[in-house]
Order: sequence, then structure tokens, then C-alpha cells
Amino acid sequence: MSLLTILLAALVAGTPLLYAALGELVTERAGVLNMGVEGMMVTGAVVAFAVALATGNIWLGVLAAMIVGALLAFLFGVLAITLMANQVVVGLALTTFGIALGTYLGKPFVGTALVLPRGSAGGGLAQLPVVGPLFAAIHPLVWLSWVLFAGVWYFLARSRPGLVLRAVGESPSSAHAIGYPVARIRYLATIFGGAMAGVAGAYISTVYTSLWTEGLIAGRGWIAVALVVFATWRPERCLLGAYLFGGATMGQLFAQSAGVGLPSELMSALPYLATILVLVLISRDAALMRLSVPASLGKPFNAEG
Amino acid sequence: MLWLSPLLAIALTSVVALVIFAAAGRDPFSSLVRFLFSPLGDLYSFGELLIKAAPLILIAVGLSVGFRAGVWNIGAEGQLVLGVIFGGWVALNYGPSGAPWVLPAMLLAGAIGGAFWAAGPAFLKTRFNANEILTSLMLNYVAALWLSYLVFGPWRDPMGFNFPQSEPLAPAALFPIIIEGTRANIGIIVALLTVALSWVVLSRRLVGFELKVTGLSAPAARYAGFSARRAVWIGMLTGGVAAGIAGVGEIAGPLAQIFPTASPGYGYAAIIVAFLGRLHPVGIVFSGLLMSLLYLSGDVAQMSLGLPSAITGLFQGMLLFFMLAADVLIRYRVRWRRAVPALALEAAR
Repeated sequence: MSLLTILLAALVAGTPLLYAALGELVTERAGVLNMGVEGMMVTGAVVAFAVALATGNIWLGVLAAMIVGALLAFLFGVLAITLMANQVVVGLALTTFGIALGTYLGKPFVGTALVLPRGSAGGGLAQLPVVGPLFAAIHPLVWLSWVLFAGVWYFLARSRPGLVLRAVGESPSSAHAIGYPVARIRYLATIFGGAMAGVAGAYISTVYTSLWTEGLIAGRGWIAVALVVFATWRPERCLLGAYLFGGATMGQLFAQSAGVGLPSELMSALPYLATILVLVLISRDAALMRLSVPASLGKPFNAEG
Repeated sequence: MLWLSPLLAIALTSVVALVIFAAAGRDPFSSLVRFLFSPLGDLYSFGELLIKAAPLILIAVGLSVGFRAGVWNIGAEGQLVLGVIFGGWVALNYGPSGAPWVLPAMLLAGAIGGAFWAAGPAFLKTRFNANEILTSLMLNYVAALWLSYLVFGPWRDPMGFNFPQSEPLAPAALFPIIIEGTRANIGIIVALLTVALSWVVLSRRLVGFELKVTGLSAPAARYAGFSARRAVWIGMLTGGVAAGIAGVGEIAGPLAQIFPTASPGYGYAAIIVAFLGRLHPVGIVFSGLLMSLLYLSGDVAQMSLGLPSAITGLFQGMLLFFMLAADVLIRYRVRWRRAVPALALEAAR
């Protein structure tokens, strides 16, 4: 097994985490803590699967998942931003609701395989010298996640709207006093996060496995939320973290096929234990956490004061 | 007035239920009536309602202690599974002896198991400041895998036709039935005792007040000398102990055997039960019964309406959504106008 195979596998497994974590990162940088990522991913996965199955077009599936994820995030926004309910509780409600909605809608599709004409996955990019084989080997959604990463990084670090979004996350009252529409910006950031969670779910059900079963998402939404903490709310560390976790997931499969003498359940538990470990390693540095976390994260903002 | 919002939430959820039934091509009103009332047809079904409500109430009361203090234990599902593992170990090893101490020992072991699983996030929170929501949730998956390893491996019944299940538990390891002709067992009494105990502790003892203050205002609690770390430990461990005991109640009660999935998501549903019951022991009894009814109705939906039983989770989530919204509408007066920044207001004068 070559190093390249392992790296490719890490890319493939890390991509849904990257989408979901980048979306949640933007949401949280605006001061909104949406813990319902898992629920939005499950519904997104089912909707994408159903649409792709019906139309034979994976991109329509991805689009439908984005819309559904955005709608669920909007619902979160109505409760958490407009009605100022406790964001943790709303997030948990959205998780329950999203998982149940996905399971409910997905019932007829359990056990159905999604067979789509592969085509040349990389399109024209596969003809490029040197990097061409890479594009041929991976799904366009993988390299589109790099485009997303670059966009999010540029938006937050270099653009003026990104600066406004960060201001809303750090001090909504100051941003409000200057005249920025805090609630509208928070809605947009939340909806973006929901749409990205939808893409993450769509990727898992249509590209990664090509089938839908209950428990398909298996906590990846929660791992994405943890990744944002691990990344100390910075996109570049998100990228690193997503592929580390993708690698960990795949390493477990390789270890199993190589006949490592440990129970498979223990190997399957590794990504969850690794999540706890990295959370601890990052969180123990109280000063780093205080400096990194958006100051208004999880706190509702009332313009009336 | 705040007691009104759970009722408002139930009403609104029922309205959406009508829409869902209509969308699925069923007659909405008769379906809703069947959905809600057919699980209550006879004594046996009433017993089923109670044995499903018992773990929900037990866990929700335990969790509400932490939630009051702002300690977010989302790991009750895993802590329940640890109760199954620890209590199950006692039952499988000492149950056949028929000794009368087996059942108390199972309960104790389950409580220790649940507390052990909750102690992890509590330690990581107090020592390393790690977010307890994420750590306790991750441990749910680990616990499920651990149980699955045991039931698929060392605990598998050699006479079980290779099904992933333990051998049936010995009679000494089973809860006695309290209502003849049903499966209702003393687990219900355990849950009610917990409700009474927690009501006394929360509303009549200093520690209950400490937890409440910690949840309402961390700075005020610090000023009063209430330890935040203590609140985390108390909050996490009560939830863990309650969930562990509930886990024992599942294998010593309705299951009477150990399966890889010991709980139909009671640990998650209990979070909703706790909030729907306003984190109050008495409220939790009512919301626990309602949630139990929803579980039974899910089976009805599947068997007689031909709808997926996942509809239960759909209604659970909606109940919480609607209650959170109703809370705001009851607590605040809604005025429809544009929010104008303070500076702009001054400039306009």
C-alpha cells in the first residue's frame, strides 16, 4: 500500500468533515453556536440521495441538500437569533429533528444503491500535466472543497464583509452601534453553515458510500463541531484537522485489513477517542482558548439592549 | 404563565402532525386520534406506557440537576449503556446463583458504570476546560461500540443461533412485576422515588440552590462562594448515576437479555423530556409520560398507519422547537418594528 493511497483515502474521508467544519466555522465566527450540524447532515444526506437517485444527476442532489441544510439552519436562526432561545438547546432540538426527518424521509431508500455513470471525474482538469492523475482519481467535490477553503480563508482574513462578520462575532453591540445589521449577518452566516452541512451529508451518501442507511453519518457532524474548536476558529487549521481525522478513519480500515489483532469495535472507536484527545489538548491552554473563541459565541444579541 | 408553553407546544405539534398525516395520504384527524389514543387501549398497553416512561423520567430528572447549573451532559445514552454493561456483568456472572443480593448489586454496579462514564467529561471539563457537550457525546459512540463488542463477542449466547444477544438473564436478575398482566415493574417505583428525592434536594436543600444560582449567573455563584467545579461534578454524576440505573432497568425489565442496542435513544429523548418538563421534577413526570406515549405511537404509526416509526423523533424535536418559541412569546411582549442603532436614534434627535 503506497503512501499516495493513504493520502488519497484521507482526502476522501476528510472532505465531508472539511465542508461541515468550514460551514460551522463561519457560523461560529459570527457568534452563533449551531450544534445541529449532525441533524442537518443527516437530512442533507437523505435528500441528496433521493434527488440523485430520481434525476440521475449528483449535482442536483448536492444542490437539494444545500437548500434543505439552509432551510434547517434558517429554522435554527428563527429560534436562536430572532427569538433568542438558548443556542445549545435549539441545536440539540435541531439534531434530534434533523436525524428523525432524515430517517423518516429515507425509509424507502434503505438498501437501494445509487449507480451513476462515473464519467471522467476530473473533466478537463485530468488532462493537466503532473497533477492530472490526482484530479482523475478524486471526485470534483473534493477539489471544490479546496475552492471553498480558499474562499472562506480569503473572506474571513482579507475581505471587508469578513471583517464585519468577525466584528459581529466579537462584539455585536459595537457592530450594531456602527450600524451593521447584526441579526441579518448572523442569519446569513448560519444559513451558510447549514448549506455546507448539507453538502457534507450529500458527499457522504452520494460519493463516499453511494447508499443510504440509518446511522450513516455516525457522529461526523459532532466531530465537525469539535474540529472548529480544534482549529481555534481558523480555516487553515480546519483543513489540517479534517484530513487528520480523515486519515484516522481510514487508518482504522487499513489496520483492520492488515490484520492488526485488536477488536474492530476498538478501532472504530478511535476517531471518537481522538476527538476527545484533541479537544483536551487544545482546551487545556486557557489563554489560547480565550483569545481564539469569538467573544460573543453562543450569546443572543438583543438590539434593544 | 410559563407552564402554558409546553401545552402550546403540544397543540402546535399536533397541528403539524395533521399536516404530516395528510401529506402522507392518510386521513389526518382519524390518524391523529389513532396515533395518540390507540396505545392506551388496555391495561397491558398502560403498563407499556409506564415502563417506557420510567427510564425517561429517571434520566431526565438526573440530567435536569446538571442542566439547572448550566452543565450540559449530552452523554446519558452512553452512560445508560455503561449501566447495561456493568449491571449486565453482575447479572450474567452472579444471576444464576439466585442470591437475593443480585438485583441490588446490579443497580449499584449500573450506577457506578454510569457515574464512571460521566466522570470522564467532568474531569476533562474541570481539569482541562474541555467542552463537556462534545466529550460526553463522543463517549456515547464509544460506549455503544463497547457493548456491541461484548454482545458480539464474549457475552454472545452459545445457544442463541448465532444472534448477537446474551443468554436470557436469570430470574434473580429481573425486576419484579408490580401490575399483574402487564410488564410494569418496580423500575417505575425507582423512577418516582428519584423524582421525590430530587424535588427535596433541589427545592429544599442548599445544594439545590447553589446549582440554580450557578446556572442563572456564574459570577453571582462565584461571589457567593459556590464552586463551579463542584457544580460540574454534581451535575455530571447525577445524570450518570440516573442513566446507569435506567440501563439496568432495561435489561432487568423489558429486555430480560442484553442486546447490542440496549436503548431506543432514551438518553437523547430524556434531554427533551427534561426541557419539556421545565427541569422541574413534577413537570418531568408529565413530559416523560408524553414522550413515552410518542414512542408507543411510533410503533402504531409503523404497524397500523404504515408510516416510519422515526416519526416519533420528528415530533420530539418539534415539541422542543415549539416550546422554545412559545417561551419567548410568553416571556416577552412582541413589538414589530425595525431595530435602530442607538447612535442613529441620537443623531435623529
